[in-house]
Amino acid sequence: MRIFVCVKQVPDTSGVVAVNPDGTLNRASMQTIINPDDLIAMEQALVLKDNTGCQVTAVTMGPPPAEGMLRELLAMGADDAILISAREFGGSDTFATSQIISAAINHVGYSDEDMIFCGRQAIDGDTAQVGPQIAEKLGLPQISYAAEIVKEGNEVTVKRMLEDGYMKIKVQTPCLITCISDQDSKARYMTLNGINHCYEKPYLVLDFEALKDEPLIELDKIGLKGSPTNIFKSFTPPQKGVGTMLEGADKNTAETLANILLEKHVI
Amino acid sequence: MAFNSADINAFKDIWVFCEQRNGELMNTDFELISEGRKLADERGSQLVGILLGHNVEGLAKELGGYGADKVIVCDDPELEVYTTDAYTKVICDAAMDLKPEVILLGASNIGRDLGPRCAARLNTGLTADCTHLDIDMDKYVNFLETSSTLDLSNTKFDMEDVNLKMTRPAFGGHLMATIICPRFRPCMSTVRPGVMKKAPFSQERADACVVEKYPVALAKDDIKTQVLDVVKEAKQIVDLIGADVIVSVGRGIGKDIQKGIELAGQLADAFGGGVVGGSRVTIDSGWLSADHQVGQTGKTVHPKVYVALGISGAIQHKAGMQDSELIIAVNKDETAPIFEIADYGITGDLFKVVPLMIDAIKAARESK
Amino acid sequence: MDFSLTKEQEMLKKLAAQFAEEELEPVAAEIDAEHRFPTENFAKMAKVGFTGIGVPEEFGGSGGGMLEKVIAVSEFAKKCMSSAATLSIHLIAPHAILDFGTKEQKEKYLPRLTKGGELGAFALTEPNAGSDAAGVKTVAVYDEATDEYILNGTKCFITGGARAGVLVIFAMTEPKLGTRGMSAFIVEKGMPGFSSGKIEDKMGLAGSETAELVFEDCRVPAANMLGKKNKGFKIAMMALDAARVGVGAQANGVAEAAIEMSVKYMGERVQFGKPIGVLQGLQWYIAEMATKTEAAKALVYEASYLADAGKPFSKEAAMCKLNAAENARFVTNLALQIHGGYGYMKDYPLERMYRDAKLTEIYEGTSEIHKVVIARAVMK
Repeated sequence: MRIFVCVKQVPDTSGVVAVNPDGTLNRASMQTIINPDDLIAMEQALVLKDNTGCQVTAVTMGPPPAEGMLRELLAMGADDAILISAREFGGSDTFATSQIISAAINHVGYSDEDMIFCGRQAIDGDTAQVGPQIAEKLGLPQISYAAEIVKEGNEVTVKRMLEDGYMKIKVQTPCLITCISDQDSKARYMTLNGINHCYEKPYLVLDFEALKDEPLIELDKIGLKGSPTNIFKSFTPPQKGVGTMLEGADKNTAETLANILLEKHVI
Repeated sequence: MAFNSADINAFKDIWVFCEQRNGELMNTDFELISEGRKLADERGSQLVGILLGHNVEGLAKELGGYGADKVIVCDDPELEVYTTDAYTKVICDAAMDLKPEVILLGASNIGRDLGPRCAARLNTGLTADCTHLDIDMDKYVNFLETSSTLDLSNTKFDMEDVNLKMTRPAFGGHLMATIICPRFRPCMSTVRPGVMKKAPFSQERADACVVEKYPVALAKDDIKTQVLDVVKEAKQIVDLIGADVIVSVGRGIGKDIQKGIELAGQLADAFGGGVVGGSRVTIDSGWLSADHQVGQTGKTVHPKVYVALGISGAIQHKAGMQDSELIIAVNKDETAPIFEIADYGITGDLFKVVPLMIDAIKAARESK
Repeated sequence: MDFSLTKEQEMLKKLAAQFAEEELEPVAAEIDAEHRFPTENFAKMAKVGFTGIGVPEEFGGSGGGMLEKVIAVSEFAKKCMSSAATLSIHLIAPHAILDFGTKEQKEKYLPRLTKGGELGAFALTEPNAGSDAAGVKTVAVYDEATDEYILNGTKCFITGGARAGVLVIFAMTEPKLGTRGMSAFIVEKGMPGFSSGKIEDKMGLAGSETAELVFEDCRVPAANMLGKKNKGFKIAMMALDAARVGVGAQANGVAEAAIEMSVKYMGERVQFGKPIGVLQGLQWYIAEMATKTEAAKALVYEASYLADAGKPFSKEAAMCKLNAAENARFVTNLALQIHGGYGYMKDYPLERMYRDAKLTEIYEGTSEIHKVVIARAVMK
């Protein structure tokens, strides 16, 4: 069994977020981190590896420096890594990205007992779309918002979270699962031994040449130009002004506040 | 044969996917129908709800009351409980057949599972978790003028543009982006629950709404997942870090600690659920356990709403919460430093003010 | 001359920083207040591999050498000096066994001290033998009948001594020869006749436990003698050299953290309508603190480089420890001053850092004895 874990390197939005005057993000000035939900997906895969000895492959699409992130995942315990990287792939939206990643997984090949794990969503775009779209492109069943994954043979039982509860869902491999973190979930640390050997593990780079003939890629639907969605305008919301002291402390005050909250869609 | 999504002139109408759970419509459905109504008027097209489930036809007319011209009902036992495979197939079959120009879905755990799968199958783009939608350019420019820091004086817009302009927060809300899907149809968007305003219900409209059954073609092996169980659970107590709403208490609850903590919990509930936090003194005094502490020595939080009750706002507390999206403070002392960083402040006794806030917020939520 | 870390060392630094932030910092104030040794954190360190730094993987270790130790210890020290000291001092025992142990000793003890999660300790100091190792009164008498040594004496100020599973201790096998009659032994917790006494109540570094050790007719197999008979002094001196670099790393870590906190505070704290960071008087503090700390780091790195290259580094070890320790107190003192009243309060970690930093001027040899060592090396 092999588990492909799709991961993304993202700007750390919990730190300082710098915006260019034209409303685009100044990525260069920001720290990058491994997307938190993706780390949980990796942890889920590594737990299955602990129990079954399966192979865990980290897959990412990104610029060459994303290698650093992949090496960290190898130091955590992944067995091998795939970097999908080409200028032609840059600026892809979720539709285009899922085409490319599914083409890469198809290119490497997967068997009936394999699985693909993704994080629920990435903190830069917060779309939660790439996972399900990879599943669609590969024609695999998907289970999103997975909190627990149990595999017996080729049968996987997943606790899939809803806003008001959860579902227990059974599915056969091959399948795609997007993972969420709950209160207790925390990815393991790299280990020092892992760091010692992370540069010795198999590391595959797939560029445009390697994937351009894959049937899952439509060449006119990748990259910034080919992506179905485009950014029309990006902007920063107006700066937070000085706070407002509300008059009084009575029923009217409370209602004024409630109305403001309602208007601001806070409630 | 892949679906031809590029012939954009072949598409018309605005669709809203109306989610039901256990045979009940979701609040988001009404919000989306109401918003869809405005868009359909801007575009001069029909607003169509698409409702999937089993024995759900009776729910359709209510959607009309919020603005749907027509509701397409896909009824099948296999659609009673949501599965990605069945719902995707039914919606995509209908969309390929009827070619809507726009499909809106609620950005619920189900909408965000279904939306991307459908978009991929329909060969089109999808924009996630939108908080603002426009078709009409005048309206959009007006929106930019009031809700952005952009200087528009030198910007030329194509005022005839009829793409759906989907605006959403990115990078944790630090940035807003308006996305379009100009070359493919349908134009798809998931919409953040609770953001769009629900229109008043109109019985007249409900009566006028056309309900149309649409044939469902599902085979057993179309569905590759098996739902073993659906469990309803009260919202779990989440920790401070993950909470959207935090109501924190400070020294100000001292005269009735139990009551103060209770009020904080009730206020959090009024917001639709949240976590109670505390300043250092509440932890040091043993009023709350250490996992509630916000501040330099506790946790650093940035919820959507932070309410500080009876907290003076010592620098050590502010360090842990000043990046919250919206801060509301209640304190007896009008010079309390907490008011320097609060978006909204009320000077008063929290034991008197908070019950009023709870009532007002509950009432406001119900009025939506 | 290349000052850059390897990719692996960069990863180690990042890992150590993350570990310190997530595991050590949250309990730093608490273990200080309660004077509690965080057993659970040592177990986590072992799981990740920090406790095996400098020990080859074949013995259950994590590889690397002095520089890796310095990196990890410095990062820990930024968040919790007690934990940094615990790791740094723990590593002395496995390193001594690695350098001087027989094949059997290495195979038996190193996996326990690395992956196995057992704490190591190093016991040289006695009530009358601090820097003057010749004053050691603990004796080891050979019993031919059982092929054992019988140890009698008392050790004091032994970090982790009461909890360690494996200890390297020093005793006189020929007392009249002074340091040339001293031997090293590997002692295990639970050996009959070995017990721990008083746990010290310290001013700082309260989350690392400092114990008195008592040997009363403690029988240690002769096979547990580390190195040759009467050659223990060299083992002790080499171990101390390495330990001093470790103290330098601790001191630099705490200094770096104090600077970072000060810079942040100066941006946040507003007085007279402006952040205090605009005050040139305070900016000059920062300039001095940062420059001295950078110099202190360079000296610790140089000593690590020499150690890892197998070159003599006793002089540099002493210099880097002396310099970094004095700097750590200088920097934490100014940082506390910058923080004013808040710095003096236990809400902020600075007063703890100040107390912890003070110890770096005292343990593993006071600043004064270091000057003796350095002068002797320079003037020889």
